Amino acid sequence: MERTIYREIPASRPIIQVAVLLGVFIAAAAGAWFYIEHYGHIVTGMNNQIVWGMPHVFAIFLIVAASGALNVASIASVFGKTPYKPMARLSALLALALLAGGLAVLVLDLGRPDRLIIAMTKYNFGSIFAWNVILYNGFFVVVGAYLFVQMSRSMPYSIIRTVGTIAFVWRLILTTGTGSIFGWLVARTAYDAAIMAPLFIAMSFAIGLAVFVLVLTATCRLTDRAIGPKILDRMGNLLGVFAAAVLYFTIVQHLSNIYVAEHSGIERFILLEGGIYTNLFWIGQILIGGIIPIILVYHPTGGKKPASTIVASALVVIGGFSQIYVIVVGGQAFPLEIFPGFTASSSFSDGIINSYVPSYLEILFGFGGVALAIAITGFGMKVLRILPTNLSDVNIGQE
Amino acid sequence: MKLPALGAENGAEMNRRKFMKNAAAVATVALAPGITLTAFGGAADAQASPDSRWGLLIDVSKCSSDCDACVTACSKENGWKDKGNPLTDAQWIRKVDLVDNETGREISAPVMCQHCDDAPCVDVCPTTASFKRADGIVLVDKHACIGCRYCMMACPYKARSFIHEEVADEDRKSWAPRGRGTVESCTLCVHRVDKGETPACAVACGETGNGAILFGDLMDPESEIAKRLAEYPSVALRDDLGLNPGVRYQNL
Repeated sequence: MERTIYREIPASRPIIQVAVLLGVFIAAAAGAWFYIEHYGHIVTGMNNQIVWGMPHVFAIFLIVAASGALNVASIASVFGKTPYKPMARLSALLALALLAGGLAVLVLDLGRPDRLIIAMTKYNFGSIFAWNVILYNGFFVVVGAYLFVQMSRSMPYSIIRTVGTIAFVWRLILTTGTGSIFGWLVARTAYDAAIMAPLFIAMSFAIGLAVFVLVLTATCRLTDRAIGPKILDRMGNLLGVFAAAVLYFTIVQHLSNIYVAEHSGIERFILLEGGIYTNLFWIGQILIGGIIPIILVYHPTGGKKPASTIVASALVVIGGFSQIYVIVVGGQAFPLEIFPGFTASSSFSDGIINSYVPSYLEILFGFGGVALAIAITGFGMKVLRILPTNLSDVNIGQE
Repeated sequence: MKLPALGAENGAEMNRRKFMKNAAAVATVALAPGITLTAFGGAADAQASPDSRWGLLIDVSKCSSDCDACVTACSKENGWKDKGNPLTDAQWIRKVDLVDNETGREISAPVMCQHCDDAPCVDVCPTTASFKRADGIVLVDKHACIGCRYCMMACPYKARSFIHEEVADEDRKSWAPRGRGTVESCTLCVHRVDKGETPACAVACGETGNGAILFGDLMDPESEIAKRLAEYPSVALRDDLGLNPGVRYQNL
């Protein structure tokens, strides 16, 4: 067994090809954004009923993934699991990059992105949205410091552990804040539930780890660095636990709602009659994002194979995206009940299911955020000693 | 029923004070050639009194389903209009047709910003752009709105609209600032109220002879609106949320 040696990734041909591809996505997103910025949101699929659309789905996905991507570092330094330690730097870097990508999309989708300075200087401390601004900024500081102490020479483990613990607590609070953006909306029956906060935390654990596995394995393959099947199997098993936790909170969320007569309408919509939203829920979230990955990683024989963990990770990403789409867009599609006991109609979409078809501009724009997050991660790995040269099982050691 | 209460002064209120104090300076800010922006009536600071709470009482039994005089008047007064894009065009006030699910009774009622005492839009706004004046009128500070639309997610009445495209010069009124990328809603014609006048919707409704919309000071026991509210039953929309709106409905 050799020492764990961290090295920058080389500017090899495959790495450059990926960088060019990411550049194309980022350029396309920039073009889409300029077009929207020039003509206004009229050119998107968003409207006065579906006010948050595809850009928010991408942004929330990336922000939720960001806090979850920190899992591996937390497991290493907060919970002291040795095999995870060589991957802890990548975990922190990826968390920062995903948050940057998500916030870029969120901020650029504002009606007035030029007024970002107002969001940074005029706080309504009663607004969970304003609290999120503070939590996001703090995440950069805390996780940045965490990455710094991890990479510093001869830094005592006690300090790494302390900073790591602060980062771990911070990311829990941050995702509580993200979930509460929806949980504290009393007006809409799809939201207005305290369970949104723990649900989002469970989602962040699952999506974040899945994204981490995909980025790690892709980078190792592109740079010819070994990664052992045992460590991947460990992460796969953990992913199974997280995916099960998401299913658990989802079941509690919907069962609680079904029990309340007032919420039966939205439940009927999401679970049975919502068309695209019902399909995304059952097929996207529950089947592809929950049941199949759990079977894959816990299968008695197949579950040990690296491919199982990698495929399960990809499925959890698809399921997580579907889930956020159902929450964000599906929740708005169901009409607000302003006059209980009446059937309402108006020129302002009262009483009808609201329609939303995302424009290709929004989709390009959202993928730009993903590409930006990956590009930042890649750039970080290129200039900093983030990733070990060897992650084979024999090399990363035991507990 | 809980009506005249105005919440304790909060951050948003303080912001309003500062905002209104700057009104004179703001009045000189040119938005576009020939357009000067005044902040909701200019000298409002002296007039937004915590001793008043402005509100509307809508008698649904007097509202005719084939009449939209209130909508037309508001549109003309404030510059928003139907441009043929029902999903993205702003609507500060709309007529909602209702059929009772049990009895089949058909009624019609206008819905606009309900000027809540405990307004969710004010609570959620990250930049304090959504604020409530001392006299209960809920407004958007168009200089501070970043267009995040969280207030639209939070409003139980769908009272707010996002401006999806450029506002034509002829649709800009100096008393009702509008700009692409920001959120807007009924201002209770604050520019008229501050001059001692009645909101355009209530005036127009009166002129049709229906007289379904009554405007007045909920805190003045001698006002007609306070007397009517004291004498006859009325309801707040989504009363279960406990927001104590300044707009009430009778015979719903």
